[in-house]
Amino acid sequence: MTAAFMDTPASSYLEVEDLQVHFSTEDGVVKSVDGLSFHVDRGQTLGIVGESGSGKSVTSMAVMGLHTASNASITGSIKLDGQELVGASRETIRLLRGKKMSMIFQDPLSSMHPLYTVGNQIVEAYRIHNDVSKKAARSHAIDMLDRVGIPEPAKRIDAYPHQFSGGMRQRAMIAMSLSCDPDLLIADEPTTALDVTVQAQILDLIRDLQKEFNSAVVIITHDLGVVAELADDIMVMYAGRAAEYGSAEKLFNAPEHPYTWGLLGSMPRFDQAPTDRLMPIKGTPPSLIQVPSGCAFNPRCDYQPRVGPACLDQRPDLVDNSSDHFVACHIPPAERQQIWAQEISPRLS
Amino acid sequence: MTTSDIEDTPPTDTPGPVRHASRTPDRVSENLLVVEDLVKHFPIKGGLLQRTTGAVQAVDGVNFEVRRGETFSIVGESGCGKSTTARLITRLLEPTGGKVTFEGHDITHLSDAKMRPMRRDIQMIFQDPFSSLNPRHTVGKIVGAPYKLQGVTPEGGRKKAVQDLLETVGLSPEHYNRYPHEFSGGQRQRIGIARTLALKPKLIVADEPVSALDVSIQAQVVNLLEDLQEELDLTYVMIAHDLSVVRHVSDRVAVMYLGKIVEIGDRDDLYDRPRHPYTVAMLSAVPVADTKRRHQRERIRLEGDVPSPINPPPACRFHTRCWKAQDLCRTEEPPLLQIGTAPHSEHKVACHFPVDPPASPVG
Ligand SMILES: Nc1ncnc2c1ncn2[C@@H]1O[C@H](COP(=O)(O)OP(=O)(O)OP(=O)(O)O)[C@@H](O)[C@H]1O
Ligand SMILES: Nc1ncnc2c1ncn2[C@@H]1O[C@H](COP(=O)(O)OP(=O)(O)O)[C@@H](O)[C@H]1O
Ligand code: SF4
Ligand code: SF4
Ligand SMILES: [Mg+2]
Ligand SMILES: [Mg+2]
Repeated sequence: MTAAFMDTPASSYLEVEDLQVHFSTEDGVVKSVDGLSFHVDRGQTLGIVGESGSGKSVTSMAVMGLHTASNASITGSIKLDGQELVGASRETIRLLRGKKMSMIFQDPLSSMHPLYTVGNQIVEAYRIHNDVSKKAARSHAIDMLDRVGIPEPAKRIDAYPHQFSGGMRQRAMIAMSLSCDPDLLIADEPTTALDVTVQAQILDLIRDLQKEFNSAVVIITHDLGVVAELADDIMVMYAGRAAEYGSAEKLFNAPEHPYTWGLLGSMPRFDQAPTDRLMPIKGTPPSLIQVPSGCAFNPRCDYQPRVGPACLDQRPDLVDNSSDHFVACHIPPAERQQIWAQEISPRLS
Repeated sequence: MTTSDIEDTPPTDTPGPVRHASRTPDRVSENLLVVEDLVKHFPIKGGLLQRTTGAVQAVDGVNFEVRRGETFSIVGESGCGKSTTARLITRLLEPTGGKVTFEGHDITHLSDAKMRPMRRDIQMIFQDPFSSLNPRHTVGKIVGAPYKLQGVTPEGGRKKAVQDLLETVGLSPEHYNRYPHEFSGGQRQRIGIARTLALKPKLIVADEPVSALDVSIQAQVVNLLEDLQEELDLTYVMIAHDLSVVRHVSDRVAVMYLGKIVEIGDRDDLYDRPRHPYTVAMLSAVPVADTKRRHQRERIRLEGDVPSPINPPPACRFHTRCWKAQDLCRTEEPPLLQIGTAPHSEHKVACHFPVDPPASPVG
């Protein structure tokens, strides 16, 4: 084995190293993902949070090998169970989908075929990886629909996607995604379009199925509540890069990046009577064609003046501040912890 | 031209007055809007002759009042009739039945001509900041449109008035000649808000005003709405599905299920002492951004989906999903009745077997 492998002795099921996904467009190069590293073990859930356009979906589609457009350029490394996916043939990746990795999309209609029944689509997905009769596959499909809470699955299996409500469609798609017990499940905003009660059902379902199959799960969302409930680790993305990455406990209880502080301050708390104004982040997220130099967050950061010009011309690396808690910010760790404890945390509770 | 020079303009987010934890009732007492037995059924046509074969019972006998200066919110699952209610009280839809009274005037069936002066007082903000602005009109034209519609010339002229409004919502007067596509989502929502403020309305009905926005931008707009309410003495009816945002902005809250209000009350009564099984289930389902609590909260799982509003379940419409349902719930509709005693006498619930309030105060 190579030295690179020796560097990460305990390799995870999914290992992403310095991933870059760039798109060349008429307006310039869109650096949707620009140097991203993360890993997920089996039985573990990674939450990826960030505002729209921060590169969350582009990341998940890169893992699934779905960037087939000719203007897309992907570099870095994506290893699934040790197998390199960057540069692998489409056929190689296609064969991994379903069993080794599977994805739940935000919009179930976009990933289900409108002209085939729900049952047929699950049967087909199942039979790619399982050499069984149509009849056996159909009974497996009924079983899956039952598992995801579709009432009377034996009757509903022959319905078309449009005959289901939004929540049922989402559940049917999850049934399809999970029909081959995937080792890695990527859920991209799986509940964003749903009501809270349906969202709770879907999140419970993902949690239960993960336990049963010991899958690695990546859940992508802009809802901090969802990651707080589900994730073991959290990565906060900003402008195509990780701003902060660590355990959920660290990220919620001792966050160290000004952007993470901003997200927490922007969010009304559901579990507390409101006492004060929200503390929004000023400005808006940058265009990924013209990312600000230095730290991409600098035009919106209240702490940039304290640090000075470094923020404007040196891109901060994502550095481990000790206990597996990575932060990309020029403020020294001790000072960040102090700002959190003395200035931010008291205003949030 | 790029949009970046616009987007760099920081929104005015100076820390405003600290809001009182629980707003004092003295500033909210007089009824601005009263809604009685409001009904909207949309006919369903079918067959070759396009005969009416049924009706979507979108809103089915709704009662509430909105007090001057308060924020009154309506929450509930998709399709329960929130937007229809909003469109009925702003008279964008004609009610099938019931009565809407604004400042003592019955506006339920006013003709367009008679409604016109009322339109100044009642304005609406829509969810989608992208589709609610005409892409071919400049910001100046969009924000100034209400003056033109109403044939009003504000003091100092329209342009000056529009530029003042842009400043009020945290945009720059220089944006007057720009087009909507040059702005970000949050900025477009500000343009929409500026437009609704043009005629100095008394009541603003906002249907999901922040749900299309990113969390950091959403917070900017929530603060803006709060500041404007304070400065301009506005009354809000807010429609939202984000229960955290609703808790933050509201004085009183109504919960709808399948076209009916099932529970209504002061914000704290509703969030801390919910009594209707549906409210309890809905609140228990909200994910909380607190890792320490993740295994402590008890979640009530509701089975199945919301039934169709075409043939809603008889009697209590929630009985098909309610864990407390008994025979009575299937035969007799529970009326919306007062359940709290002072100081909680605003609290009403429509349920034969309400959930017990928590023994000790929570939150
Ligand atoms: N013009 C219409 N014709 C027929 N049915 C309609 C019409 N407008 C609304 N409905 C139906 O009335 C019911 C209530 O709709 P409404 O738009 O008020 O829901 P809502 O509570 O605002 O939901 P959401 O949270 O999804 O916006 C739904 O079943 C909807 O399909
Ligand atoms: N095929 C593409 N061509 C050009 N730009 C793209 C393409 N796909 C995504 N992008 C851009 O990449 C950025 C990140 O997108 P995305 O990952 O979808 O964001 P999100 O974090 O909301 O999921 C956005 O600026 C988006 O416009
Ligand atoms: S590096 Fe500078 S601009 Fe970036 S988050 Fe840290 S303090 Fe703010
Ligand atoms: S009336 Fe009966 S069915 Fe309806 S909410 Fe109350 S207990 Fe449940
Ligand atoms: Mg996305
Ligand atoms: Mg609506």
